[in-house]
Amino acid sequence: MAEVLVLVDHVDGKVRKTTSELLTIARRLGEPSAVFVGSGFDAAKETLARFGAEKVYRVESPEVLEHLVVPQAELLAQLVADKAPAAVLVPSSPEGKEIAARLAVKTESGLITDAVDVQAAGDGSGGVATTQSVFAGSYTVSATVTKGTPIVAVKPNSATPEELAGAAADEVLDFTPSDAAKGARITESKPKQATGRPELTEAAIVVSGGRGTAGDFSKVEDFADSLGAAVGASRAAVDAGWYPHTSQVGQTGKQVSPQLYVACGISGAIQHRAGMQTSKTIVAVNKDNEAPIFELVDFGVVGDLFAVLPQATDAIKAAKD
Amino acid sequence: MNIVVCVKYVPDAQAERTFNASDNTTDRENVDGLLSELDEYAVEEALKIIEAGEGEVTVLTVGPDAAADAIKKALQMGADKGVHVSDDAIHGSDAVATSLVLAEAVKKIGDVDLVVTGMASTDGTMGVVPAMLAERLGLPAVTFASELSVDGGVATIRRDGDASTQTITATLPALVSVTDQINEPRYPSFKGIMAAKKKPVETWSLADLGVDAAQVGLDAAWTKVESFAARPPRTQGEIVPDEGDGGAKLAAFLTERKFV
Ligand SMILES: Cc1cc2nc3c(=O)[nH]c(=O)nc-3n(C[C@H](O)[C@H](O)[C@H](O)COP(=O)(O)OP(=O)(O)OC[C@H]3O[C@@H](n4cnc5c(N)ncnc54)[C@H](O)[C@@H]3O)c2cc1C
Ligand SMILES: Nc1ncnc2c1ncn2[C@@H]1O[C@H](COP(=O)(O)O)[C@@H](O)[C@H]1O
Repeated sequence: MAEVLVLVDHVDGKVRKTTSELLTIARRLGEPSAVFVGSGFDAAKETLARFGAEKVYRVESPEVLEHLVVPQAELLAQLVADKAPAAVLVPSSPEGKEIAARLAVKTESGLITDAVDVQAAGDGSGGVATTQSVFAGSYTVSATVTKGTPIVAVKPNSATPEELAGAAADEVLDFTPSDAAKGARITESKPKQATGRPELTEAAIVVSGGRGTAGDFSKVEDFADSLGAAVGASRAAVDAGWYPHTSQVGQTGKQVSPQLYVACGISGAIQHRAGMQTSKTIVAVNKDNEAPIFELVDFGVVGDLFAVLPQATDAIKAAKD
Repeated sequence: MNIVVCVKYVPDAQAERTFNASDNTTDRENVDGLLSELDEYAVEEALKIIEAGEGEVTVLTVGPDAAADAIKKALQMGADKGVHVSDDAIHGSDAVATSLVLAEAVKKIGDVDLVVTGMASTDGTMGVVPAMLAERLGLPAVTFASELSVDGGVATIRRDGDASTQTITATLPALVSVTDQINEPRYPSFKGIMAAKKKPVETWSLADLGVDAAQVGLDAAWTKVESFAARPPRTQGEIVPDEGDGGAKLAAFLTERKFV
């Protein structure tokens, strides 16, 4: 069976959930081979094995990550040439898409981004059949790759990770980035403080606040914590400096697709919808019964979030005790 | 300093966007188009760099006749000249082919120090053309800039990532993609609108660029849209007014749906 390359998304060996999703998807297409770049492999190995990685190609040189995406694209291109994989799967993050874009040009291969589903092509051709959600979630598109090695950037939450033991036999690769790959470099990196909440794009529940919070996110956060949810924000709240930009949901922020999305004090502008419209269940709390967000909801409360959210938080906490 | 800004003409996101049923391509005829909102940030950033120093801003678009509107808007904002690549053969091109045409156009413009793009187009929203273009031109790229400065042959950006905020540098010539956090795009002034009428715009065909028509367009695409379907509209659920029990009702709904 042909190998399927999966680029591992991790921070110092802590493997993100998206990677277990990609390994699960890879098994539909062939035999998963993880590609691990950076330090912390010992910590990552167990997770990679648990989700079915048969092989792990790895590169430890810090140079590779310091120079952003180009060395990683070169590494994957080398592997595509050496291993002739059935497909290459990367996370559909800004970085993953950039690696995929360069890889597509290098290997003359078709690229699908933002896939929400990937299956083996029904015609037995060994190709891939992908599903994407486009135009702010208003259309679903089925697409295939017609040239080269299919490269697919897959969105988080596109598959339920399934455990299946793999050998995760690792092979340290002999790889040096070209000089041309070193034109850009990270000169400073200021780590962010962890919030202790789930990551926005991976979370099963997202609670977001908008201009209606008037800058006070405490009620939104308390409510989110009662549900174990991630906290998001509209651009209006981000532009006002109330919440970090990395929490912005929408066209120019994160695109989330959780089981439950709760919009609090958010009107539901098209650019916001673009980032949350595909959520399974949508709930809104808004003072204005004409707010467009209500067109999308499964349940809505017309009211002041400062009254509704604390009451709901208390009721949820009581129900849990 | 010679800056090229890549701008895309896109169907208006506020309008009903759809596909051509005949070939599954984005419908660009029956929907009003405009300069992609996110590319206005790229134009603005280029103008700021030139205004603080010296040089010239060329706006480049690949698109149908109507895409001339996108160039016009950028010229009205203050760009110096425009290049419009238009050719019937380009219809249906994917990102890979678009990046090929853009790359050849940047080469023909020549002597370019900096290419500036938006973070993503508002129609395709793939956000991959900048990286593909950089790859084809052999340039380093610094992407998703929320701050940019150019000094002594080096472009420095700040990027706001999930785990960290990074400072990233690239030696010129380089490509930079910018986010909507980077600036506040200006509106064209009356003076700008009048001045734009006299600014040079060149229209190039594929032949002018030496690009073989067989390398672009729908047939040359490396991916194929097999089918498309409108997402069924969401059916509106229950909406209750808060009569002192709104929070309790919300909690009850979440419990019933097993989120608690
Ligand atoms: C290029 C571009 C990109 C953009 N990208 C994004 C994006 O990624 N994400 C995004 O979110 N937006 C984006 N926007 C902005 C978008 O157009 C809207 O301006 C923004 O989403 C509005 O945020 P909001 O809903 O919080 O504010 P508003 O539209 O002002 O809505 C606030 C809502 O809060 C309600 N409210 C007020 N007080 C209360 C209260 N006490 N209790 C309950 N409800 C209350 C009001 O009734 C109102 O409906 C973008 C815009 C542009 C031009
Ligand atoms: N047809 C085009 N003409 C000019 N620039 C483009 C074109 N398509 C994409 N771009 C540039 O590439 C960026 C990202 O586009 P995309 O990869 O399509 O999301 C845009 O913001 C533009 O700066």
